[in-house]
Amino acid sequence: MATAVLPRSATTAPRAVVRATGESRTVRWILIAIALGFLSLVLLVPLLLVFVQALSKGLPAYWEAIKEPDALSAAKLTLLIAAIAVPANLIFGVAAAWCISKFAFRGKHLLITLIDLPFAVSPVISGMIFVLLFGAHGWFGPWLAEHDIKVIFAIPGMVLATTFVTAPFIARELIPLMQEQGTEEEEAAIVLGAGGWQTFFRVTLPNIKWGLLYGLILCNARAMGEFGAVSVVSGHIRGETNTLPLHVEILYNEYAFAASFAVASVLTLLALVTLALKTLVEWQQRRAMSDAAEVFTTPERIAA
Amino acid sequence: MQRKSATVLPGFGLSLGITCTYLSLIVLLPLATVFTRTAQLSGSAFWNTVTDPRVLASYRVTFGASFLAALVNTVFGLLVAWVLVRYRFPGRRIVDAMVDLPFALPTAVAGIALTTLYASNGWIGQYLEPLGLKVSYTWVGITVALIFIGLPFVVRTVQPVLDDLEVEVEEAAASLGAGRWQTFSRVVFPTVAPALLTGFALAFARAIGEYGSVVFISGNMPMKTEIVPLLIITKLEQYDYAGATAVALVMLVASFALLLTINLLQWAARRRMAV
Repeated sequence: MATAVLPRSATTAPRAVVRATGESRTVRWILIAIALGFLSLVLLVPLLLVFVQALSKGLPAYWEAIKEPDALSAAKLTLLIAAIAVPANLIFGVAAAWCISKFAFRGKHLLITLIDLPFAVSPVISGMIFVLLFGAHGWFGPWLAEHDIKVIFAIPGMVLATTFVTAPFIARELIPLMQEQGTEEEEAAIVLGAGGWQTFFRVTLPNIKWGLLYGLILCNARAMGEFGAVSVVSGHIRGETNTLPLHVEILYNEYAFAASFAVASVLTLLALVTLALKTLVEWQQRRAMSDAAEVFTTPERIAA
Repeated sequence: MQRKSATVLPGFGLSLGITCTYLSLIVLLPLATVFTRTAQLSGSAFWNTVTDPRVLASYRVTFGASFLAALVNTVFGLLVAWVLVRYRFPGRRIVDAMVDLPFALPTAVAGIALTTLYASNGWIGQYLEPLGLKVSYTWVGITVALIFIGLPFVVRTVQPVLDDLEVEVEEAAASLGAGRWQTFSRVVFPTVAPALLTGFALAFARAIGEYGSVVFISGNMPMKTEIVPLLIITKLEQYDYAGATAVALVMLVASFALLLTINLLQWAARRRMAV
């Protein structure tokens, strides 16, 4: 298996389990069996089912369900929404992490809590608040109607709801990472005459690239897979305001199970790719950290 | 810790400006609508809406199933974390990566897969039904979906704590004559307990708001298997904005209280580690 070939960093090397503190062989294998049994039941079986159901009517039907115009337009809309929401949250995440990690100011903890807020809000409520804001009876509803702008039951509302739901992902990843790295390297760059942007791109970015990538991957997965929030603000119009997850729902409710699972299998593949990328980035990150530890483990560093 | 007030680094104004503007426009202003909208209701109208029998029943379903699911996840999450950290077996790293599947898989996909799996003619449902256990379209199904959604929260919170646990402490316990079970229950478990509680709270918090994975399997029978998020959507679809907002406010307050509890738990855990 490919994983065995990849080099292991020092931090992930298996810890030698000492006899006195380990369980007996039997207990160990019973625990492993229960854990794997539970995980198979909860994770693996549903995953398998998606693909089996998707192919239950044969490969041609599967292919038909995926390249059907409504499915394609749903896929396009899903990509479009992610293409707006993810870069917006990238800029927000980097800006938030920069001011929180590099400067001292009052209200910092409040700011961190506020950034986390969307994680605590139910997806349904995340969609609802935009209906309250831009819907026919909402704050800006009458004004929008006057100017013939549609936000709710249209694409702008779906973009806004997705952006709200995925707002914390990149910031949450970068803040602790950049706080840990401190400000010394950037200060050195500035003192040596580098400009602000030059410092960011040449010094900060190489240091945070894996964390940034990790946040991007998770943010993108959620943006493409969001269901509840988008469902509330979408008009559910086939070919127009349907994303892939909503298309899965519509097909399922029409009892077109095989087609529904076919579209779902595309999203499942996306999830598996996300997991693979995420795991790779984690390994890279760990390796980068242990490399850095080796370089910097000089006596002065330890004394400091 | 010598973080000074004067720094040579640029970009404070710009980055704080972007952060605050973005946060206000995308997060705070929209969320504020819940509070302003509810403020338009009179006190008694608000109270009648949020204590309506159908609404009360949906709280029971949502909070009951979420609690049960978080509890199951706490037990099995600890076991999974323990096995992943302590034991070596073939495929361990793949299993470790797979634990995050519920984070990555769109909830609608999880919903239709679990519903099909546990339906009376499904792979698993067909064996449970003769035993008198109906899963799909009952509260059991809701719990099953919430177990799926909440599992990574417990595993990922407990795993780093188990990883940091000093083997020496266990060796000391063993050398002082403690049995393996005694060492676990008296030494290991108390160290892991705060993380386990945090994981429980995170899984519970996620579960009470969950919609996509639950709505397919729940059957959506008012008074029986109707969850709060679905009730909010139903009210919205009937243009009962005031009602939807009032119920949403109750849920928001519950979620924020949980968020606060989780932050306090994590803060307490960090303090304990620092000592």
